[in-house]
Amino acid sequence: MRNIVTIADRELAAYFATPVATVFIVIFLALQGTLTFNLGNFFERDQADLSAFFTFIPWVFLLLIPAITMRLWAEERRLGTIELLLTLPITQTQAVLGKFVAAWLFCGAALVLTFPFVLTVNYLGNPDNGVIASGYVGSMLVAGAFLSVGSAMSAATRNQVIAFVLAVAICFVFTVASYTVVTEFLSKNTPVLAEVARRMAVLDRFQNFTRGVVSARDIVYFATFIGFWLFVNTVLVDQRKAD
Amino acid sequence: MTAEQRPTLIEIRNLTKRFGSFTAVDNVSFTVAKGEVLGFLGPNGAGKSTTMRMLAGFMIPTAGTASILGHDVRTNAVAARRALGFLPEGAPTYPEMSVAGFLKFCAKIRGYSGSELSDRVAHAIGLTGLQGVRLQPVETLSKGFKRRVGLAQALLHDPPVLVLDEPTDGLDPNQKHEVRALIQQMAPNKAIVISTHILEEVDAVCTRAIVIANGRIVADATPAELEQRHPSGKLDDVFRLLTLPQRDAA
Repeated sequence: MRNIVTIADRELAAYFATPVATVFIVIFLALQGTLTFNLGNFFERDQADLSAFFTFIPWVFLLLIPAITMRLWAEERRLGTIELLLTLPITQTQAVLGKFVAAWLFCGAALVLTFPFVLTVNYLGNPDNGVIASGYVGSMLVAGAFLSVGSAMSAATRNQVIAFVLAVAICFVFTVASYTVVTEFLSKNTPVLAEVARRMAVLDRFQNFTRGVVSARDIVYFATFIGFWLFVNTVLVDQRKAD
Repeated sequence: MTAEQRPTLIEIRNLTKRFGSFTAVDNVSFTVAKGEVLGFLGPNGAGKSTTMRMLAGFMIPTAGTASILGHDVRTNAVAARRALGFLPEGAPTYPEMSVAGFLKFCAKIRGYSGSELSDRVAHAIGLTGLQGVRLQPVETLSKGFKRRVGLAQALLHDPPVLVLDEPTDGLDPNQKHEVRALIQQMAPNKAIVISTHILEEVDAVCTRAIVIANGRIVADATPAELEQRHPSGKLDDVFRLLTLPQRDAA
């Protein structure tokens, strides 16, 4: 545990020692703001909730989170520091978890900085803050899910562009898996897969949270999703670290 | 005192590493006892770094085993690495961190905290002469200083086993002299492996030298014994004699 904290601490400091943190947070807030207020018709809807805000969260994450994760392992390999990190007395799982936790906390910090949306909607009306809170919990889980995929892809290749593209592609597949276009196509050809795709979809689960429904099933889903990709990540680090 | 009476700290047995059809390290076995400074010599691409990486538990061997203080580097990796100070090839460090910050990170990972942590970091900085740059980001340092930061990291926890991949590469003659003096000073209490292609270094610090070519050990002797293998008595000539024919044969 101590090792995970030490690694996460170093990683977090690294985000803020470079312009990565500032650029990410500024772009994230600008995108979320523009999308919510303009495309999402936040004011015209005349409803005291953040559904416009949460509609765009997975899509903005889909674009920005792989940008955070692409460097996680690829950069270590480029600099050669992976050889240093993995010959310190830590396990590879601790290294994987430390990096993941740091990235997750960083996304959490970016989400916390969206508090003006919450203040605005509370100032203008009487929203159900419980629904807003569960929407934020769902957002954190989506962030964690995308981070785990991105981190694994970063361990799979030494090239950061490839890591980014692969992570976006995989996250996209898991995001749209429950779309009617996808499920209809699948049910016509392979009905079994249509059901699987619907159950595997990130977006469906996330929408439960934005409606204020926090269920154990959805939490188990995200925990399994993140656990699976972090396991893949650990295996990939072990297999490919010295390539 | 002979090598047999001193405890063996490093043991490598039949270590082999293949990349596809290319065999980088071919059935290498040796042991290093406490008090020994083993010079690991060989042309570029001979398998020096690969062997060291396997010993540090970073690269997975195709066959064979390596152990540090009796801990297998694969099955008991964390215990083996606790006893190891490793300077990887090129002395990689996190560029945005300050020298002190980087060493503090390593010390924390090694389980130190509080005043002991500060003492360890200060001691390592003192040993490697980094006092003047302790708050500077590593990326702003010269090659020689970067190498010393890597060395400080390896010495931080006063490990019984030191594996240094080209510790003096990129240092100026004065710095080389200091690092060699440091290695000699630490030698009696440790098992040290250094890789190098600077042959004068072998004479200066090593009690024993292994010459490796095409992944195989072609000589394992004291520097004085090695020198006798060529009429000229020069290590340069012995090195060529041992490594060139192998290349032609390959």
